[in-house]
Amino acid sequence: MYDKLWLIPFFPLLGCVINGLFGKKIKNEKVIGGIATGMMVLSFAVSCKMFFQLLGDAEKVHQVVIGSWMSVGQLHVDWGFLLDPLSAVMIMVVTGVGSLIHLYSIGYMHGEEGFYRYFSYLNLFVFAMLMLVLGSNALVMFIGWEGVGLCSYLLIGYYFHKKSAGDAAKKAFVVNRVGDFGFLLGLFTLFYALGSKGVWTINFVEIQENAHLLGNGSLVVTAVTLLFFLGATGKSAQIPLYTWLPDAMEGPTPVSALIHAATMVTAGVYMIGRMNGLFAMAPDTMMVIAIIGAATAIFAASIGFAQNDIKRVLAYSTVSQLGYMFLAMGVGAFSAGVFHLMTHAFFKACLFLGSGSVIHAMHHGLHHAHLHDDPQDMRNMGGLRKKMPITYWTFFLSTLAISGVPLFSAFFSKDEILWWSFASTRGSIGLWIVGALAAGMTAFYMFRCVSMTFWGEQRTNPKAKDHIHESPLVITFPLMVLGLLAVVGGYIGIPALFVKGWNHFEHFLDPVFGESQETYHIAIREALAHNHGAEWGLMAVSVALAFAGIAVAVTMYKGKAEAPARFTAAFPRLHRAVYNKWYVDELYDFLFVNPTKRLGTFLWKGFDVKVVDGIVNGVARLIGAISRGLRGIQTGKVHNYAMSMVVGVVLIVGFFILK
Amino acid sequence: MEPTVHHYLVLSAILFSLGTFGVLTKRNAIVIFMCIELMLNAVNLSFIALSHFLGSMDGQVFVFFVMTVAAAEAAVGLALMIAFFRNRESIDVEDFNLLKW
Repeated sequence: MYDKLWLIPFFPLLGCVINGLFGKKIKNEKVIGGIATGMMVLSFAVSCKMFFQLLGDAEKVHQVVIGSWMSVGQLHVDWGFLLDPLSAVMIMVVTGVGSLIHLYSIGYMHGEEGFYRYFSYLNLFVFAMLMLVLGSNALVMFIGWEGVGLCSYLLIGYYFHKKSAGDAAKKAFVVNRVGDFGFLLGLFTLFYALGSKGVWTINFVEIQENAHLLGNGSLVVTAVTLLFFLGATGKSAQIPLYTWLPDAMEGPTPVSALIHAATMVTAGVYMIGRMNGLFAMAPDTMMVIAIIGAATAIFAASIGFAQNDIKRVLAYSTVSQLGYMFLAMGVGAFSAGVFHLMTHAFFKACLFLGSGSVIHAMHHGLHHAHLHDDPQDMRNMGGLRKKMPITYWTFFLSTLAISGVPLFSAFFSKDEILWWSFASTRGSIGLWIVGALAAGMTAFYMFRCVSMTFWGEQRTNPKAKDHIHESPLVITFPLMVLGLLAVVGGYIGIPALFVKGWNHFEHFLDPVFGESQETYHIAIREALAHNHGAEWGLMAVSVALAFAGIAVAVTMYKGKAEAPARFTAAFPRLHRAVYNKWYVDELYDFLFVNPTKRLGTFLWKGFDVKVVDGIVNGVARLIGAISRGLRGIQTGKVHNYAMSMVVGVVLIVGFFILK
Repeated sequence: MEPTVHHYLVLSAILFSLGTFGVLTKRNAIVIFMCIELMLNAVNLSFIALSHFLGSMDGQVFVFFVMTVAAAEAAVGLALMIAFFRNRESIDVEDFNLLKW
């Protein structure tokens, strides 16, 4: 039934191999893009088949083992895949959104050098991502985990001739390394801890079943989950390891949409969901996760206020939305977190692709007029609504979704998260306040973005104005599909508050999360479980905050740019701090990067040059000195040699005689 | 007084020491060469003396070997000396100093 599961990651791998090996010879962009996109569509088709098969199946957890990978002592690792509702949702998102972004890329990357290389990497990324979500044990997941990191590095650095792109790629790689280190340590600790209880396993299903052996709230569980969470903060760009994601915008825009919005950065959320049995047993870790998530949500949103680069706004928005997902995971709203992951994949992919469409058009226009203005700077945009209607409408609908406007997809997911953060047994009012404020701020900066890009007067250089056109269908089609999903994607999980029994999403994921939620009493608090008034009230407040954010943004940025300028003039320091991302990069440079550099320089100039080279050269010099001393006795005079022979003979003979 | 083996050995030691002294102090290569011959013959003398004293022929056989080697050595040594003289116009051992660093 499910034994064809391996086909899902196989197709993208095949596409990667074909384009990677023969892409340079094929040359034809349509063929290369067609192969890559075709493989994605095939993979999506298989995913759909599996998904619907699972939907109709009573048994919800299926493991498929292809073969044994390694067997060392107590460690047995299989090439195994795991299909359960959680991974089913993920493969649908990854292959579905992935297919659309591949299609979009054909238009967006048209004429780029290394077109085949791009598609090969993109396919490889999807392969790694699918291994990550489908892997039935932590090591297969780790292959994917590292694989997506590698592809992220390769694609951020796609324009490697630009120094900033190379630097951003390295930054992403190094920061992720820190997280991956935590992941590995967590895995080792878990393996050892479970092993000492007699269960040597890294299989997720077995981990879930045997997690209770470690003891609820025990130190080892807290340590393991915290280490795993460190891994998640790296991959999913949470405080303190979020700084790589905004820089990652150096990559092509579809890459930002696929990797740095819809899929890879959600890997941390997925991983926590995958090991919810462990995390549920560590209330301390969950609290840390919730606090970090909420803090990231509001912190990143505040940075989004003052960015002028359209992609950077979206990048900080992604960090902020990921914070929401972690907030959800932290308060035990696992399914709500995954729900937001899915809706976020739709609207944020749409927003990124929309911004890509704008940048594409801007680039085209500016290039035509031989101008060197920044095509990503929103100060050069404005009034693009008429020029690019499809891009505008899809972008606008997605903005409504992310802002949490009622009846759009993210409204349901975000509201579910906020409700849980307030009312869950692991939630608190503080988390709710931060979350709700961040929701209002999200609405503000997103509408600022829409306003600066699409509304008002066109500020583009007049010479380029008339060369800005709507993008071709290959770009707008994915936008339309994703825009539609951004609107209606939430309807599969409408909370019980609106329509009883319609939360199909939560119901579907119940086999994954239900047990641990029940065992460890993660639920809406008794007192609030039936208090619909409170739920409505909180919702009203968060929606009101969102609308307030929208209203402020619209009044501030509509028309002349006086209001923002006045605000900037009134609080110059605040503006500068926000504009410079609260100087976090500078702080990290000061705390970590520069000391590391200094240590490196010391090891180079101090240790390597002086100590290591000193030892090597010292040995040589010592031997030289000894030789210089000894060569004095080799005079070349026969007399001296004869004399030494005689003395030697006399000594030896004398010794034997006198003995 | 009948000379005993003792006297022969003392004479041999004196001759050997003289030879050694000559080798170490003389600068003319030919003289050094002759001193070496003197040392060899000092040894020969003690061989003969001991051979007679012990009533064994071994020592006398050995002397023939020594004389053969001495002849060969003289041939090679003189040839070297001539070759060297052609190069340097000298047979002073102070000039024999090519084999140094």
